[in-house]
Amino acid sequence: MSERIPFFQQSAIPPEVIERFGDLHPSFDRQAAVVEANRCLYCFDAPCTGACPTHIDVPSFIKKIASGNLKGSARTILDANILGASCSRACPVEVLCEGACVMHRYNKQPIEIGRLQRFAMDALHKSGAPLPFEPGADTGLKVGLVGAGPASLACAAELRRRGIHADLYDARPLPGGLNTYGVAEYKLPLVESLREIEMLAQLGVQFYFETMIDAEKLAEIEHTYDAVFLGMGMGAIHRLGIGGEELGGVTNALDLIAGYKSGKITMVPRRVVVIGAGNTAIDAAIAARRLGAEEVQIVYRRGPEQMSAFKFEYEHARAEGVKFLWHTQPTEILGDRSVEGVELIRLEATEDGSIVAQTDSAFCVEADLIVLSIGQSTYTAFLDEFRSKSGKVQLERGRVVVDRMTGQTTHPKFFAGGDCTNGGREVVDAVADGKRAGIGIAAWLEAHHVIA
Amino acid sequence: MSSLKSTLETTFCGIPCINPFWLASAPPTNCGEQIMRAFDAGWGGAVWKTIGEPITNVSSRYSSIDWEGRRMMGFNNIELISDRPIEVNLREIAEVKRRYPKHVVIASLMVESKRETWHEMVQRAEDAGADGLELNFGCPHGMSERGMGSAVGQVPEYCEQITSWAKERARTPVIVKLTPNISDIRMPARAAKRGGADALSAINTINSITGIDLDTLQPNPNVDGKSSHGGYCGPAVKPIALNMVQQVQADPESALPLSGIGGIGSWRDAAEFILLGCGTVQVCTAAMHYGYRIVEDMQDGLLSWMEDKGYRTIEDFRGLSLPNVVEWKKLNLNYQIIARIHEDLCIGCQLCYTACWDGAHQCIHLDRAAAIPDTTRTPAMVEAEAARKISTTPIPKLDAGTLDGDTAVTPLERIPRVDEHHCVGCNLCSLVCPVEGCITMERIDSSLPAESWEERGAKGATPPGGREVMNTNT
Repeated sequence: MSERIPFFQQSAIPPEVIERFGDLHPSFDRQAAVVEANRCLYCFDAPCTGACPTHIDVPSFIKKIASGNLKGSARTILDANILGASCSRACPVEVLCEGACVMHRYNKQPIEIGRLQRFAMDALHKSGAPLPFEPGADTGLKVGLVGAGPASLACAAELRRRGIHADLYDARPLPGGLNTYGVAEYKLPLVESLREIEMLAQLGVQFYFETMIDAEKLAEIEHTYDAVFLGMGMGAIHRLGIGGEELGGVTNALDLIAGYKSGKITMVPRRVVVIGAGNTAIDAAIAARRLGAEEVQIVYRRGPEQMSAFKFEYEHARAEGVKFLWHTQPTEILGDRSVEGVELIRLEATEDGSIVAQTDSAFCVEADLIVLSIGQSTYTAFLDEFRSKSGKVQLERGRVVVDRMTGQTTHPKFFAGGDCTNGGREVVDAVADGKRAGIGIAAWLEAHHVIA
Repeated sequence: MSSLKSTLETTFCGIPCINPFWLASAPPTNCGEQIMRAFDAGWGGAVWKTIGEPITNVSSRYSSIDWEGRRMMGFNNIELISDRPIEVNLREIAEVKRRYPKHVVIASLMVESKRETWHEMVQRAEDAGADGLELNFGCPHGMSERGMGSAVGQVPEYCEQITSWAKERARTPVIVKLTPNISDIRMPARAAKRGGADALSAINTINSITGIDLDTLQPNPNVDGKSSHGGYCGPAVKPIALNMVQQVQADPESALPLSGIGGIGSWRDAAEFILLGCGTVQVCTAAMHYGYRIVEDMQDGLLSWMEDKGYRTIEDFRGLSLPNVVEWKKLNLNYQIIARIHEDLCIGCQLCYTACWDGAHQCIHLDRAAAIPDTTRTPAMVEAEAARKISTTPIPKLDAGTLDGDTAVTPLERIPRVDEHHCVGCNLCSLVCPVEGCITMERIDSSLPAESWEERGAKGATPPGGREVMNTNT
């Protein structure tokens, strides 16, 4: 481990690409942070804390900024959320802490909780101090974690603080999962995700990269470890099932985002069409603009009221010059060897709410790149194949079924959290799941081993 | 619409004033050039930075207390009296009076405690054209170590003696400026009155150490690693000043025309000092913070308030609040108020709840969502329940309805409830509530006649231990 190059020094994004993804919410300077912190009313049983999936004690960390106790502020954040820095940037605070702020009802702007949290976390990182936690006294217990995304990382932190070994297995060459590869660079730069995980690694977390987990490997893990955490996230983005999808120039939103974040994509062609109108589609559309596309259009089969993107994401996309084609659906991707365009039809809603094609409504849009973003499939088939003497990990619509308080699956030795259980939510949701599961595993192991 | 035309013109111990706003003896009145600019800005008078044998000042001289992002809520100085030669100050007084004959110029004086020296100083200041004299018996730092300033003000005998020396020679009104650094301000006030003072001004600054630098462990203001106690003023001291003003004005042996000083920065502050009997007010810190221009709103605001209230002159409302300050034993024990939370205004911060539980009488509860009132639920229980709740990011498609939840409406369970049977009417909840008018204190009918502790004692209805054992009003 000692010769390992720190994760954040392994970024491969060219500086000219980073330059194009300037900070969406620039950091506070010290005095501005104190002024903002002093606006906080210091609510009791604060709604912001309640709205945060990880229940960060927001008024406490903000008051510590106001008092100049920045180290304590970061500790308060990290104690609830080990990815406090990532979440301060990646969270849709408008619908979480800041959305719940009582200031809305005071006819005032909510406290800028996200930026204050980032200020406290940046101060900790700048100080070069390690995580303000020590690993617990060694229990000799070991947990294997599948995936090294936010859920597994949060779970591992709880385990290490309780003296339980945590080994993380991930298919990619770097840790963090979508936190590292899937969040728009203008929200959460890849290096910041890696910097935070580097700190976590100081708790003695072991990583095994570029390791795919199948049913066979899972059986091996079950055998090796005292408990297993499943945090593998979701699978590939769905395909449309129409002609031309195999053409060059057809990609998907996650590959596009991971592509530019890993330095493999540094520019995109002139005309881009994004299919789908979720938050990831928006991230991809804006990324396409910043990577040089002149024309970016989002194609969605329903209207703006039904799209799954947050309203502020939609506004952001429009501000970046992204165009929207509502009530349209692709019927064929056109092109010879690579994409030249896409054929679309217009849709209309019927009385019962279903949508049908308008007759003779087909039209074509020229495009050099098609980006699919119509939802991810689950990645749990290997669990169906996995046979264990002591139980089965039950799935529902491809998602792992868990007890939400403890993260325990129907197989007592297996716990799970994050996208593979919730169908794909935010980083902070995965962290909350992982944290509860880490505490759940420790409690289960304690009961299990005391009794055994 | 009232057609009342109010005026700020007034007379203070015989001195006609175009308005009651004077600059206090301090850095803003250091020289004639400053004072003339101040008069141009609208100040009615200025008390010249204390004149005496020139001193040498240190650098640095000021420090302050910031409060939650606001600067200079409390201000401190270790600057001494004027460092300019007496003749220069006097020459400039003459020039200012020549150019601004209608504006009040008061010469603040401080010299060694010798009769002839005071006689000479009084004579020279009046010859220069000062409209009155203010004897600086209040400066708490530096000068007091040399037997002047508060060293005089703290000893009633000296105070009386020097006042009488000044009065022996003075032809203009003599104002004695009182120090607050004393157990009972009425003692020096009475002494000044006995010595023949025409008026008083109060308060001078309060002994203070504003703070310690946590890196260097040195106090502020820092003079080569050391500091000295300074004089505290600014908004933070206003309540102390108002109390002392009231004490002086309510005491027949002290009462004289009074120029109020201490934390005055707006017309509201000025009105409060006048309501407690002050004839003029003196301002320093606010002018040091924002410049002379603040006087424009002081004049405008006070006039407008006077017109709204139907007061034509300062005298029409001066001292009107004095009868409303009484000793505690005269307060009505049967007056009962309780807190009322106006649900429509409540934003759900629950500060009243935590304040009542930790700082008052545990009579505000979070039980509106419960079927019946539950006064057994403690703050710790509320927090534990919150910690157990699982929340997730609402996704528009997955969580229809949760996203567009109306943030304009406070959820019922977050609106605290006052247990009216146990509320003691202490005001704390209404003080911590950030929303104006959300918690009001409302009178309830106790159907008992007014009765004070004094009256109860007279009836023999108070416990023996609680009876007055010492008359503190002497």
